[in-house]
Amino acid sequence: MAKTPSTKPPVAAPRPLLRERPVEGKLIAVEGIDGSGKSTQLYLLKRWLEMQDLKVFLTEWNSSVMVKNITSKAKKLQLLTPTTFSLIHCTDFADRYESQVLPLLRAGYIVLCDRYVYTAFARDIVRGCNVDWITRLYSFAIQPDITFFFKTPLKVALTRILDGRPKLKYHEAGMDLNLSTDIYESFRIFQSRILNRYLAMARPYNFTIIDATRRIEDQQKEVRRIVAQKIDLPVFKWKIKR
Amino acid sequence: MSPAKRLPSKRFYGKGLSGVPLDSLKGMLIVIEGPDGSGRSTQVEFLKSWLESRGHAIVDIGLKRSNLVSKQLGEILDGNVLNPVTLSLFYATDFADQLENIMIPALKAGYMVLADRYIYTLMARDLVRGSDRQWIESLYGLALVPDAVFYLKINPKQLVERNFLKNATLNYWESGMDIGLSRDMFESFVRYQKLIQSEFMRMSSIYGFTIVDANRSARRVSMELQAKIEPLIPS
Repeated sequence: MAKTPSTKPPVAAPRPLLRERPVEGKLIAVEGIDGSGKSTQLYLLKRWLEMQDLKVFLTEWNSSVMVKNITSKAKKLQLLTPTTFSLIHCTDFADRYESQVLPLLRAGYIVLCDRYVYTAFARDIVRGCNVDWITRLYSFAIQPDITFFFKTPLKVALTRILDGRPKLKYHEAGMDLNLSTDIYESFRIFQSRILNRYLAMARPYNFTIIDATRRIEDQQKEVRRIVAQKIDLPVFKWKIKR
Repeated sequence: MSPAKRLPSKRFYGKGLSGVPLDSLKGMLIVIEGPDGSGRSTQVEFLKSWLESRGHAIVDIGLKRSNLVSKQLGEILDGNVLNPVTLSLFYATDFADQLENIMIPALKAGYMVLADRYIYTLMARDLVRGSDRQWIESLYGLALVPDAVFYLKINPKQLVERNFLKNATLNYWESGMDIGLSRDMFESFVRYQKLIQSEFMRMSSIYGFTIVDANRSARRVSMELQAKIEPLIPS
């Protein structure tokens, strides 16, 4: 792999500013760079919880329908600056958060988030947004009960993603940062910077680190063990007969 | 020959935008704030003509005019489908897009930017709806501090008359109907506008607004604005 251009020394990790708010439900988030296998793990966790007849809901980053149309149009036209990129993703998150995540938490659901605010922190800070501004921007969001971070060496994740020479999207590859004119090279550099941001956040935001180089089954076993240990699962059973 | 007057260097309210060479923003940023019906847009038009007649190049901006999201924002307001934080962020996106793509390039090129409303309206709207003050202030920390902000202050009775004069109907949002002050739209409008006005008065001392009595004729108001702007313009 080509040498990554020297980056500035990692900025101090953002202060945890997320507001604590009492809710009935529980929030579990997964984070990790592309190709870390986190979505697979979250899906398996969801299946396990469902099979115990628990109230579960899974939500993905960037999936609010209303905002999606705007995001995809703007991305296609490359109209976005780091600030508007960040604001539009925060708008999308806020839409899902206010209309879905928070009401479900109030209603006593276990809400599973495939990527959470930390994804935004990592990406936006790499894009040059101010750490303090971005953490405050998302301060309306509750802190997860568990944040699993799927830790993968960069090489492993890159191999998983790039082996098929997929068609990478412009922003996904960080092409807007002018890291390289080659989209694959740009993706590599971008992902390595994201990974550094994640690692800097692990301690202040209390990530539970899962070694994502292990077998899928072993990782899931550990995930389930931690969830069962930290959350009193039977409380979240459906009360109504279904 | 007297030395040329220069504008004080631009700065941001807080954090947010990086990589903007503030020293290179040579133009002037003037904001006109005031409720719908205060004659705000008329005044912006008058000012534009006046400044252009004196040889200044003008770029005007306003709310809900970004390339990026203005269309969608209009649809959302018509449909009334968003929760409060989401709507705030939508407006902030609209503002940031204009800030980076219109205002900053124009100021760099030495244009005068006339803003028909600015972050203060957005902040006031959010604050009367119970948004967290610190959150809002941090969000709009990305905004440039204007060279002057004029607030067109008008008493609620006149405001009602002027609104009806304009289109014989009250606007759902300008009446604050979404916050349930009253089921009666007229009552809601008056109460909402009072809330917004007191928020502006509060902000006035923090952000240094020049308050202009807008209960007078458009011509009188315009003359006062010109008289107050004139000495600010670098010679």
